[in-house]
Amino acid sequence: MLIPHPLLGLRDSEEFAYLGDASLLDRPDGMAPDAAQNFYEYQHLRDNPAGVHRELWFHEQGDRSWLIVTRNTITHEILGAELARDIKLARSSGGAA
Amino acid sequence: MRYSGLKVIKEALTGHKGWKPIWRNPEPQSSYDYIIVGGGGHGLATAYYLAKTFKKARIAVLEKSWLGSGNIGRNTTIIRSNYMLPGNEPFYEFSMKLWENLEQEFNFNAMVSQRGILNLLHTDAQRDAYRRRGNAMILAGADAELLDQDGVRKMYPWLNFENARFPIKGGLLHRRGGTARHDGVAWGYARGADLEGVDLIQNCEVTGFRIENGKLKGVETSRGYIGAGKVGVAVAGSSGRVMAKAGMRLPIESHVLQAFVSEGLKPTIDGVITFGAGHFYVSQSDKGGLVFGGDIDGYNSYAQRGNMAVIEDVAQGGMALMPAIGRARLLRVWGGIMDMSMDGSPIIDKTPIEGLYLNAGWCYGGFKATPASGYAFAHLLATDTPHETARFYRLDRFERGLPIDEKGMGATPNLH
Ligand SMILES: Cc1cc2nc3c(=O)[nH]c(=O)nc-3n(C[C@H](O)[C@H](O)[C@H](O)COP(=O)(O)OP(=O)(O)OC[C@H]3O[C@@H](n4cnc5c(N)ncnc54)[C@H](O)[C@@H]3O)c2cc1C
Repeated sequence: MLIPHPLLGLRDSEEFAYLGDASLLDRPDGMAPDAAQNFYEYQHLRDNPAGVHRELWFHEQGDRSWLIVTRNTITHEILGAELARDIKLARSSGGAA
Repeated sequence: MRYSGLKVIKEALTGHKGWKPIWRNPEPQSSYDYIIVGGGGHGLATAYYLAKTFKKARIAVLEKSWLGSGNIGRNTTIIRSNYMLPGNEPFYEFSMKLWENLEQEFNFNAMVSQRGILNLLHTDAQRDAYRRRGNAMILAGADAELLDQDGVRKMYPWLNFENARFPIKGGLLHRRGGTARHDGVAWGYARGADLEGVDLIQNCEVTGFRIENGKLKGVETSRGYIGAGKVGVAVAGSSGRVMAKAGMRLPIESHVLQAFVSEGLKPTIDGVITFGAGHFYVSQSDKGGLVFGGDIDGYNSYAQRGNMAVIEDVAQGGMALMPAIGRARLLRVWGGIMDMSMDGSPIIDKTPIEGLYLNAGWCYGGFKATPASGYAFAHLLATDTPHETARFYRLDRFERGLPIDEKGMGATPNLH
């Protein structure tokens, strides 16, 4: 599989380490009253869709950036890749993501 | 029809005209007491034990494709009871005992072959870990022998003992482990269940669940609605998407694992050899092909096929261990979708929905579990209490902080 890195162009997926569902970006608030339940769900439960899936790939053998890759889990087709940093920053500044 | 040596000889002499289909192909009824979703090894074994051992009537197995079209027919056929943790080893040893009597039990040749499994070790630390594992196995009634380098050399003198990175220093030998013919296991259980009156319904996909006030009423299928007293889901790699139809999220991701078969070679490997450090394991089929595999591809997949990078990685592992196979041609490669649970261990439990039961999370190791999984799931469905060897396989164990972490890598999801 080739991943279209936003800065570096097409890169072989073998350069990356896979972390799984992109929802892992949304770390729950550890101080909230329902933190235990939220962390259990965050850490263990997955939507696990058959079809379009947003997921985290770490460019370990490259520029060491984290990407959010959108991929079809049935066909392995890669539909796009964004820098995870951009998405996080857009969210914290109140922008849409 | 019962099989016997006499019957085989008679058929051989009369042109094999007397063999009959070994299960019926019934139309679905409007309701059943028990519905098992998934006609793989675990679903068929569940139906078999439910009917035969627990004497339950009105059972159906619903399979979206043909019986045995999933992982039961795609795996590398290794059966073993060499786990370590108290939550696991008694269960897999129970399974091994069922394997040892399986063919007599269901009167079908599943080619169960206790040819022995050798786990190679390369470091002093690994030797200590295997000694501990071997002791745990023996305590649970299994067998284990720790071999030194000479012991391994006697068995397989052609292994690459001087590999610079992973020199072979010995191995843990589990003589009662081995292989079984995977399709034969599915067919044997299917035939056995059919003989006990179970309706095996193929080309019948479960597309939804009818749930009223938290209680299950029946299933929607591609062949219409079917009412049910209790429903047990055993759909292996499809667990995530099937249980989503009941509104549940699981501690499971679906991943692809590939398997490989070489051209037929003269008898070389009489047992199973695993090279865990290099992610490679191999046995030889009765037709002579080397059957081998390695790691999962490593990302969520429902594709039933893998990618080249892992093929290369597995081939490298094989070459590192046994350079002699470098000239063998690879005949076939395929992938299966497995339900990787967050601790690498399975789930056999009730769900929060009354009447809905789950058998899932078998990762890449559920073939060996087929008999015990079927037995334990049937026990749970019939009696509403877990079988004693499966009582740790709870669905809520992650929430309660009780994962079954066989690999000793900590309670770390994503490291299945
Ligand atoms: C390449 C590979 C190698 C492996 N090697 C080994 C090994 O050496 N030893 C070992 O112990 N384990 C091994 N495994 C794991 C083992 O094969 C599985 O854990 C086990 O077979 C899963 O249980 P099953 O047989 O019931 O699954 P399956 O045979 O996959 O059964 C599930 C069934 O459910 C059906 N289904 C899915 N969705 C629906 C629906 N909506 N409605 C109706 N039916 C549905 C599917 O069509 C399928 O037939 C391997 C797996 C793979 C892929």
